Amino acid sequence: MKLVMLLVALFGLGSVQEAFSQGESLGFPKTVQAGSAFSVQLLGSGEGTLYIVGPGGALKRDVRFGEIWSFPAGSFSNAGHYVAFVTGSSSDGSSEFDVVPASKAADLSFLAKPSRLPVGLHNGITGAIYVFDDYHNLIAVPLPIQFELSNPSGSTQTRSAVTRYGSAWTEFDSTLQQGADKFLARAGDISSLRVIRQVPGDPCELKMSVARSGEKLQLVTQPVRDCSGNAVPDGTIITFTQTYHGAQSVVDVPLKRGIAEVQMPSHVGATISVASGVVLGNQIQWEK
Amino acid sequence: MLKSGFLLCAIAATSLTGSAQATVHLNPPDVNGTRTLQDQTAAAAIRNYLQAWQGLGTALEKNRTDMLDRDFVGTAKDKLADTIRQQSAAGIRTEYQDEAHDIQIVFYSPEGLSLELTDNVQYDVQLIDHDKPVGTQKVRARYIVVMTPGETRWRVRVLQAVTE
Repeated sequence: MKLVMLLVALFGLGSVQEAFSQGESLGFPKTVQAGSAFSVQLLGSGEGTLYIVGPGGALKRDVRFGEIWSFPAGSFSNAGHYVAFVTGSSSDGSSEFDVVPASKAADLSFLAKPSRLPVGLHNGITGAIYVFDDYHNLIAVPLPIQFELSNPSGSTQTRSAVTRYGSAWTEFDSTLQQGADKFLARAGDISSLRVIRQVPGDPCELKMSVARSGEKLQLVTQPVRDCSGNAVPDGTIITFTQTYHGAQSVVDVPLKRGIAEVQMPSHVGATISVASGVVLGNQIQWEK
Repeated sequence: MLKSGFLLCAIAATSLTGSAQATVHLNPPDVNGTRTLQDQTAAAAIRNYLQAWQGLGTALEKNRTDMLDRDFVGTAKDKLADTIRQQSAAGIRTEYQDEAHDIQIVFYSPEGLSLELTDNVQYDVQLIDHDKPVGTQKVRARYIVVMTPGETRWRVRVLQAVTE
């Protein structure tokens, strides 16, 4: 490579000597931080053209050798690998350098799943993040990440992780209390929040009572709760089944104010059962 | 599960690259995450990734942003489209010819909505200024790639060379 191709990079306050030491044989720096200003001196004489190309950007400049060419902040904001070509009256040449992300997190891509789930589910909540700098470059160096899941009562679960190739993940059990939990991912002073709605699980210990109501039977459940004691939401279908002399009548009733009630014909000797989905409740033999 | 079928996966990926010369070496995955990565998933993602290199090459050679639509999405697509506009404004084109890939899947997110891989790529970059070749550079670079599933294929969301 002839003299004309000697490219000297000047970074900020860095000296020419420092730039030389970074610049390997072709004079270009090995790395430039994304978005930072830098300068390149093309030693030699005459005029030529400087090209810098890569998947992250491209530019072309007419240059005069022997002058310092400054690239203002933001000229190369996309991290990646770049190739510089120089053409001139006396020589052509090329060099390579990397634009590296800033090491400070500026943006988190945080995917939390699911947005809604039953209480008490082991490892039911997962979160995955990717960490980016100001220019949306993936920060590949390891960074500490804090995950927090807090429920409305104030209890908080935390997990720590370290990014690997810019990503990290975690998982949490859903708590035993229904409500909107806050799921937070934090990298330094940057955080991203998601809301995970935890809903009651399936009914647990479904119980009903029966009483005569005129010519009919009045069937009423106790308040229906899941196994963690959370009220099962109104609208959940409760199924009452009456079997009498081989005939079966079935009534589906939505929960209303936490209970389900219905009137059914009164048959002495009938068997009445209650269920919700696959959860079976008690069974009553009507003998009165 | 993946290791048992890895050779098959490698063969499938190699034969489906669409690249004339590129050789592909697949390393056993070193997946950071709890979700099981199925052979078919890995093979599809890698196949689509290698096809994305062809798409990238065509788009940058022809300076056509629409050629990115099949393979790229999000940040990767936006940045490549910016590069194409810069090339076009400067009257230059670049031809990327990938010669070798050394790929390893390193992350499969728990919900299955993203996959990350590393690739030590060797490729040639030829610079053309107003139809006049300026020069060609052989490049060896390590890329980090994040892919996300689309309707019919995995698309590249992050394509970024990192300093080795």
